[in-house]
Amino acid sequence: MSILTTHNLSIGYSKKGMTDTVQKALNLQLKAGELVCLIGPNGSGKSTLLRTLTGLQKPLTGNTSIDGKEISKLKQREKALLIALVLTERVNIENATVYNLVSLGRHPHSNWWGDITPNEDKIIREAIEMVHLDHKMHHNINELSDGELQRVMIAKALAQDTPIIMLDEPTAHLDLPNRVEIMLLLHRLAHKTDKAILLSTHELDLALQAADRIWLMSPEGVECGVPEDLVFDGSFNRAFESKSYFFNASNGNFSMNYPMTRKVWISGDKTRMYWTLRALARAGYVVVEDADVHIDVTESAWEINSEIIPSIEKLLERLSLITDSNL
Amino acid sequence: MKSRNFILFISLSLLVFGLFLADLAWGSIHISVREIISVFQGKGSDGINSEILLNFRLPKAITAVLAGAALSVAGLMMQTLFRNSLADPYILGVSSGASLGVALVMMAASVLPVTFVSSGWALIVAAIIGASVVLALVVGVSFRVQNAVSLLIVGLMFGTIAGSIVSVLQNFSNPDAIKLFVMWTFGSLSAVTWSYMQVLLPVSLVGFGMAFFLQKRLDGLLLGENYARGLGVSIVRTRFFIVVATGLLAGGITAFTGPIAFVGVAIPHIARGIFRTSTHKILMPATVLCGASLILVCDIISQIPAYTLPINTISALFGAPIIIGIILKRR
Repeated sequence: MSILTTHNLSIGYSKKGMTDTVQKALNLQLKAGELVCLIGPNGSGKSTLLRTLTGLQKPLTGNTSIDGKEISKLKQREKALLIALVLTERVNIENATVYNLVSLGRHPHSNWWGDITPNEDKIIREAIEMVHLDHKMHHNINELSDGELQRVMIAKALAQDTPIIMLDEPTAHLDLPNRVEIMLLLHRLAHKTDKAILLSTHELDLALQAADRIWLMSPEGVECGVPEDLVFDGSFNRAFESKSYFFNASNGNFSMNYPMTRKVWISGDKTRMYWTLRALARAGYVVVEDADVHIDVTESAWEINSEIIPSIEKLLERLSLITDSNL
Repeated sequence: MKSRNFILFISLSLLVFGLFLADLAWGSIHISVREIISVFQGKGSDGINSEILLNFRLPKAITAVLAGAALSVAGLMMQTLFRNSLADPYILGVSSGASLGVALVMMAASVLPVTFVSSGWALIVAAIIGASVVLALVVGVSFRVQNAVSLLIVGLMFGTIAGSIVSVLQNFSNPDAIKLFVMWTFGSLSAVTWSYMQVLLPVSLVGFGMAFFLQKRLDGLLLGENYARGLGVSIVRTRFFIVVATGLLAGGITAFTGPIAFVGVAIPHIARGIFRTSTHKILMPATVLCGASLILVCDIISQIPAYTLPINTISALFGAPIIIGIILKRR
């Protein structure tokens, strides 16, 4: 049930006979009712892929088909009936209300005069309701916050009534609550409206939680899969390989690679252990079984050789004394 | 909201009508409104007044309406195309192209047959050719330059080149020709006689028709080119149509009246301010009415002193403060 399929797609730039291939031999599939997050390091070609899939840029070789129709052979208007876009470009229109902006999404459907029929009006209002901005329907868009403006652009894409919506970094420039809200909104919309939603993002942890499927881009290629599968098979670590940090499969975050020279052994309470380990790693301790120093994490404190230590700060001070004297 | 627009349109239409009558009545010879009505009803009144009215003031007033409307609509389209609220047809080099054409004819007059030059037709043809050539160049560039800002700069450069050629020509011309040309650059609405009107009116109407036909695509362009593409707007074709419509409107008017500056920049802002909308369906007729009013007012004012003032001077006095106001308001 794939709605968008790429066949041996090569993307990149071609100028004066010089070709700069960013990615090649891509065979990707987008399914209806799924939220797909496109992630990868900078320069891996996320924007180029999105631009190529939306038809804003020509592929070097290969093609993309939607519902069996090759996208490069479609007219601009026919494309607009299949894919709705949310871009990073800042929209600033003098005197436009939320309703005005969302109604622009009806462009490919309306007649040349652009009449808003009662049916169009209903679709526009529904789109605004879906992004929870009904109370600001007739507000000027210049009065909106960045998060609200992004929701308006999503409503515009919904009003366009296409089977596919593509968003280029929809959570950039937003604060954390808004980032979470936009991701949840898109996840809900994909499932509720049975649209295929593809977005590029730098928010790895959010993408891992919200995406039904991940397209993980690295200079070597694109790996697709359910987020958890990509975590297990080490794809994340390969895509984001670096000396200074590593992808921590236990919590879905990046952890920094501290230079760890001193050894301790630790055991005890699970939740307190997690934070203790973080502090130890930062201070340069590696945890090794049966090391000379043993820390017992209790429910309220830490113990070294039955000595009770009340805080992490004191613990680190104590540890540095012990290990320094051992040297 | 709908009824508010309706009231505004009715009031603006009445304003244009009132100003039109005032423009007919005012002048070195005062003609009363009653007299104007009787002339239009065909009742023979004083021969001289009827002559002034029908063959001088009426075409001048119609030209004022056309000039104001055409330059304003052209300005509106340019501002949307470039998403730059200070863009207008002059930046695309239309008037510079027209000026170059006019300058060529006026200053090379000694070479051309006297009857051709003195009839005035030479100026018109030259101005239209000049404007069209510059426009054709800009259109050609618009196919290759994808970025609207670059296109704007290219337009500016074409205008500068045309202006420089005019300066060079002036250096080699006799003082009479220079004076004639400088008078043309001041702009005059009274240059349009009925025979010129037969050319100006259809050209303007085709331009207005195209502009109104483009209103939906212009709405899409407000979001920027990539979003507009995403909405199914063909950018290259739309840009071409906008440039052609602008050429007909601004180029045609400039050929007949000389360059009238600032109207194209100022009026779209006034219309947006009054109607508080971004929809071209409303802004188009709004700029037509506002532009017509402004030029009519300018023309009436220019008649007040004993000697008629150049229209370009009056419009600059109105337009320039508005532009300064826009810039200050943004800060």
